[in-house]
Amino acid sequence: MTETISMPQPQLAAIAVEKAYRKDKHKIPVLHGIDVEVNKGEFLSIVGQSGSGKSTLMHLFGLLDTPDVGEIYLEGQQIDDLPEHARDQIRNHVFGFIFQFYHLLPELNLLENVLSPLMIRYSTWEYWKKRKQFKQDALEIIEKVGLSHRIKHRPSELSGGEMQRAAIARALIAKPQILLADEPTGNLDSSTGKEIMDLLTNLNEQEQLTIIMVTHDNLIAAQAHRTVRLREGQIEVLGKSKIASVPA
Amino acid sequence: MYKSLLCLRYLRTRYIALASIISMTLGVATMIVVNSVMDGFSTDMRDRLRGILADVIVETNSLDGEPNTQDLKDRIQRAVGNDIEGMTATVEIYAMLSVQYGSQWQSKPVTLIGIDPATKATVGPLSKYLVNTSEASIPDWELSPTAMAYRKEWTTRAQWMVDRWNHNPPPMEEEVTLVEKPDSAEPLAPPKFDSEPASESPFDSKPLVAEDTESLSNPFDKELKASVFDKFDKAEKRDPGSPLKGRVYIGYGLVSFPYEDPDTGETKMFQIVKPGDDVKISTVTAGRPPEPVHFNATVIDLFKSEMSEHDSSLVFCNLEYLQEMRNMIDPESDERSITSIQIKLKNPEDAAMVVSKLEEALPAGQRFRVRTWEDKQGPLLAAVEVESAILNVLLFLIIAVAGFGILAIFFMITLEKTRDIGILKALGASSNGIMSIFLSYGLALGLVGSGVGVIVGLLFVKYINQIEKFITFITGRKVFDQRIYYFPEIATHVEPMMVFWVAFGAMVIAVLASILPARKAARFHPVESLRYE
Repeated sequence: MTETISMPQPQLAAIAVEKAYRKDKHKIPVLHGIDVEVNKGEFLSIVGQSGSGKSTLMHLFGLLDTPDVGEIYLEGQQIDDLPEHARDQIRNHVFGFIFQFYHLLPELNLLENVLSPLMIRYSTWEYWKKRKQFKQDALEIIEKVGLSHRIKHRPSELSGGEMQRAAIARALIAKPQILLADEPTGNLDSSTGKEIMDLLTNLNEQEQLTIIMVTHDNLIAAQAHRTVRLREGQIEVLGKSKIASVPA
Repeated sequence: MYKSLLCLRYLRTRYIALASIISMTLGVATMIVVNSVMDGFSTDMRDRLRGILADVIVETNSLDGEPNTQDLKDRIQRAVGNDIEGMTATVEIYAMLSVQYGSQWQSKPVTLIGIDPATKATVGPLSKYLVNTSEASIPDWELSPTAMAYRKEWTTRAQWMVDRWNHNPPPMEEEVTLVEKPDSAEPLAPPKFDSEPASESPFDSKPLVAEDTESLSNPFDKELKASVFDKFDKAEKRDPGSPLKGRVYIGYGLVSFPYEDPDTGETKMFQIVKPGDDVKISTVTAGRPPEPVHFNATVIDLFKSEMSEHDSSLVFCNLEYLQEMRNMIDPESDERSITSIQIKLKNPEDAAMVVSKLEEALPAGQRFRVRTWEDKQGPLLAAVEVESAILNVLLFLIIAVAGFGILAIFFMITLEKTRDIGILKALGASSNGIMSIFLSYGLALGLVGSGVGVIVGLLFVKYINQIEKFITFITGRKVFDQRIYYFPEIATHVEPMMVFWVAFGAMVIAVLASILPARKAARFHPVESLRYE
């Protein structure tokens, strides 16, 4: 269906996806046939105004939602039609999520929040056996995001930037292949936002982590390798892409 | 892992949910208390019934009794010998007990049971309930030394009265005075009583014996002796301390009455008969038609089973004398009839089985009835059971209501947690995982609720009598009156299985109540949940 060029297989691809939300009797179309591909190690930003469907696209990538039409491919495998259980597994193993409002669990402290993807992945018994290793990993990652002095604090006791860094640490603990960031700086002041962006850029450069970031801020988006611009559910302009994606 | 962690955290941070299980706690505690008290009542009553009556009773339908005792016993042995621990032949008959107190006679209907203490002991621990007899000994129809001394004292005094009467009868005219006539012979010296240890001769100053009184010319003498003082006629010819041939154990409740001390306001027991006193018993003879018969009997001891119904209706009498009085002894064959055989079983639970076996083995005619102790108190125990069942249903409804409280509060909590559910799903948690968080939260609430309920209930049961006293003290009204409730104290019996089932039921309700909210939570759409603010 797509006219992919002679490049290696993209890591993640959305092919002709359409999505509409239903509100009462009205069908509100959000995406009208979108094709996006992301290669391994790429930092892609998706920009667009509110309601352009950028978050929805990211949710479709992250298997939080299913497209009405079209397919999502991960490493050449179609993943959007997998059964619930397999989708849960992929979310846990492949994707790391970062949200605008951090979405930490208020009942857990920072360390527990960071460890939560592993708690979800392993059964109680397995987790218990490996808990020391996990804690070690978590402390390392927390160190990397610069929150070592806050590990016993509850989210309510952290600042916005700290919470977002905690959320990044949580996304990283599961050693994801792809990081999905939904407005990671949207709720932060510019200097804190810059810190977060630096962190993401470093992760992308040093660890070859694929990052798909949704933002409405062009300046932020410019820090990515490539930008996909959405307008009313369609791809508007190709960014400074080295890799051609087929416009809609 | 995250499930238990989150569940524990929710438990610790959501106190409103704990409020929802208070009614569950109260329900569980109340159920345990009610069941323990009801069960204690039935258990205690059964124990006492077994102690005083027996497990199984074979009764003749007619009051005349069954003369062929040995044959009957053999048949019972053949039918259910293996299940029997002991049996005793008794004569059970309705009677009237008359007790003289002061110048009054008080009469009461009683159940008179002629027993043989030796075999009776194999059936039930009667001596356990006798006030002045040690628990280990077998009652032998003999007076205790104190009772004997007391008896000697009052018989001697009575005899002295008789003698004085005979010696110096008051004039039988209208103007009867108690003043002695000056021209009378020298009055008799009052007798000395050996309240102290009896000397070799029981009579220090021997009252005049019958021969002497005979010599006096009192025209009423014969008649008086025949009627009023008839019973002393026999007594005076032997040791005045020794009992009559008829001997009885009387229920404590028959001869004592509660009264309120006007000074202190306390309720005390006022006892009108002591061991060593004589009572009069009226009943009917065997044969057609039954003739009234009455005899005097010496009270050997009182028994106090603490079950007011028995204590105020049973009189045990020596079997041989009762048979003699009721003409139950065949003059030719010397066979003694009995009316019932009390049987103690090795295993009281077999009662129903033994009853059915005995019903088969004993003559099909209507001569015998086989009953268990439970049949005898059937209506009462059945009433207790019905009450207990109704209360259980009502109290379980309370717990069910608590379940709806949990349901409502859980719905609120899942709404509050919508965003968290979205996060968990984004992190890869499955719907089942989300559901089990809330199910185990419900289970945890149920555990806490019923656990606290069990503890509160058991403590209440343990200190129920203190609590009763306290409430009595506060309200000034006796909560648990022995005259109504049979026992002096609230009897309780905690059945571990009952506690388990109550706690288990409460937990099941808590889990059931959390199923709906948990399912709802599991079905939240992750995207919508994340958008939820």
